[in-house]
Amino acid sequence: MSGPSTYEPKTGFTKWLDTRLPIVRLAYDSFIDFPTPKNLNYWWTFGGILAVCLVIQIVTGIVLAMHYIASTKDAFASVERIMRDIDYGWLIRNIHATGASMFFLAVYIPMFRGMYYGSYKQPREMLWILGVVIYGLMMATAFMGYVLPWGQMSFHGSAVITNLIGAIPLVGPTIKTYLMGGPAIGDATLNRFFSLHYLLPFVIAGVVILHIWALHVPGNGNPTGVSVKDAKKDTVPFHPYYTVKDGFAIVVFLIVFAAFVFYFPNALGHADNSIEANPLQTPAHIVPEWYLLPFYAILRAITFDIGPIPAKLIGVALMFGSILILFVLPWLDTSKVRSMRYRPFARQMFLGFVIASIGLGFCGANDPDTLIFKFREDKLSLNYTATTGATTSEIFDDFAAAQAKLQSLPPTAGGAIEISKSGFKWLWLSQILSAYYFLYFLVILPVLGVIEKPKPRPASIADSVRKKHGSKAKTAPAGAAAPQAAE
Amino acid sequence: MRLNKLALAALTALAVGAAALPVIAQEHAAPAAGGEQHAAGGHELLAPTGGWSHEGYFGSYDTNSVQRGAKVYREVCSSCHGLKLLSFRNLGEPGGPFYEARWPNPNDNLVVKEIAAMFQIDGVDPDSGDPGKFPGKTSDRFPNPYPNDIYARVVNGGALPPDLSVMAKARHGGAGYIYSLMLGFVPPPAGLTVAPGQHYNAYFAGDTASSWSGDPRHKPPGGFLAMAPPLATDGLVTFDDGTPSTKEQMARDVATFLAWASDPKMETRKKMGVSVLAYLAILALLAFVSYRRIWRNVEH
Repeated sequence: MSGPSTYEPKTGFTKWLDTRLPIVRLAYDSFIDFPTPKNLNYWWTFGGILAVCLVIQIVTGIVLAMHYIASTKDAFASVERIMRDIDYGWLIRNIHATGASMFFLAVYIPMFRGMYYGSYKQPREMLWILGVVIYGLMMATAFMGYVLPWGQMSFHGSAVITNLIGAIPLVGPTIKTYLMGGPAIGDATLNRFFSLHYLLPFVIAGVVILHIWALHVPGNGNPTGVSVKDAKKDTVPFHPYYTVKDGFAIVVFLIVFAAFVFYFPNALGHADNSIEANPLQTPAHIVPEWYLLPFYAILRAITFDIGPIPAKLIGVALMFGSILILFVLPWLDTSKVRSMRYRPFARQMFLGFVIASIGLGFCGANDPDTLIFKFREDKLSLNYTATTGATTSEIFDDFAAAQAKLQSLPPTAGGAIEISKSGFKWLWLSQILSAYYFLYFLVILPVLGVIEKPKPRPASIADSVRKKHGSKAKTAPAGAAAPQAAE
Repeated sequence: MRLNKLALAALTALAVGAAALPVIAQEHAAPAAGGEQHAAGGHELLAPTGGWSHEGYFGSYDTNSVQRGAKVYREVCSSCHGLKLLSFRNLGEPGGPFYEARWPNPNDNLVVKEIAAMFQIDGVDPDSGDPGKFPGKTSDRFPNPYPNDIYARVVNGGALPPDLSVMAKARHGGAGYIYSLMLGFVPPPAGLTVAPGQHYNAYFAGDTASSWSGDPRHKPPGGFLAMAPPLATDGLVTFDDGTPSTKEQMARDVATFLAWASDPKMETRKKMGVSVLAYLAILALLAFVSYRRIWRNVEH
């Protein structure tokens, strides 16, 4: 897509600069004259939104770092001091904390978009992989950032994650020790998390540059998945067409962002994180931030050992696998057709994938053993050791009856009345959805690409636009529509 | 254009859905410090008549209530609970209960000075260098009632009275939880054994299962605290503005005070939010009009 440069330096200085450091030319070719398909919809506006998110996080983060104290004694109070005594500290901190959630919201949408429109397919594999790298770095950064305020969830969440890493065979314990900086989570952990939390966003910025580079070689994909055939007919220059469209989307996004910052600053957090970390008191339910919930659900979905492999290790493997699998997605999807607009069956499966992903988020937020719905009203179960020595359990509707039976038992029976529940557990839902998550990547996409018969695609972007507007259509004949190789 | 609108609508729906996720997550995940649990499951929190003035998009703190609540804190709560993240000057800052325009600097505020002086603060005598207790200054933090946590536990039957600085943020329900807890010291239902030194509270986020001898499906809500009912009788505090100090009034006022203490910048925040959102709305409109204008000759 990056054709011959059309930049012409006008002033003496830019001419001088252009022969020595063609940075203005680079910017011009990348963000002004860059030919962009004219049929991009709003799902394509998130690149600009994400750039804004990264800048907001870095700028507010630098200011917060001026006031934050990375010490188990002072961290919690220093964050509260920022909220109370620093000029506009409450604003900067709310933006930074809410910004993390907004960043993830803005990265999940184009990830789903990429999966629907096949943006990861040849020749954009590197673009997709770099995107997944950015996403991984974001998760690491967000996790470490969440530890810094040193609340109850910060501490116990970090304990869960470091333990998970410790569960990786062979290298796990070593990595865990390096992460924690000692035998337990404490000052050493907090200091290195702070240091890395400051470092990683700049690493992200570096990968973003590679990501943009990888974008500018093949150019943008588009909703039809059909490659640009004729730059004149199919594309418009990035500026002003997409600067204005992305600009509008950014402002709409900022409205959502501001609504949270000013009116629901704590809605995306957890009340327990307003309690200072106390290693001796574990919260009843440790839950990560919302953007990590689906992976937490996958982790907890595995409650059974498989052969010699313990359940915990399988859970950890699947949790990391659920992210790592994205790296090979370009090769798992065997279909030559990029856009699912023209893949009627894949489209349904993709919808299922979106539902499974969001559903896993809900599973992650709920205690796996609580019931989504009941099969019957709760009953009572009387558990005791019978005279034969066998453990016996009897079900009662009525408490008085259960109690009468309990009193009739000898004291050696050690009877106890418990609630007997029967219903559909969150655990089961997370198992079903986790299974679909992996089936989608490992079975559905590879098989569909072979067996599905795609619908005819438009001959070109210009053609599809013309057709949409009802102007004189010039579609390719159905069967031979858009030769695969040309896509 | 029609498809774009559809995409935009879908995008909005997704954004709303994603935004709803954490809210639901929060609903379901119970806070649990000190073995507490959200009193969920059909156990609604109490609310004062007329609700809380500080809730809602334009809600602001009821200043009179915060002032009265400050007195309840000082005369009742402060004997066991600290407020270590607050300084006395916070009371006289904009948004604070004793802010007055004639004292833009809270350190000049006579009311705040008077309140500060009612507390004894650890310090060092500037002339002799001897450590000692001195009347508080506006710049001082609220003092911790105990020299250390171990001492606090020893004199409170093993329980550590928590600091109240961010209490309203640290419990689901916020001020409503504090209000309900203050009024929730009801006589325990028959069948519930209350251990010596413990007090049954119908709204405390705890668990009654192990002390309940009846049908486990109908165990009483709430839990047990080491804290005795702090606002057990009417008239415990004499309010300066003449408001009758019923239990409900005191509970409401102290809950409002603690809500303010948790989030003293709430009013500034909400006020700024109006202008920011208005600005962004106009900007969005202008951006949209520019977009339509620039693209009007391009089929897309």
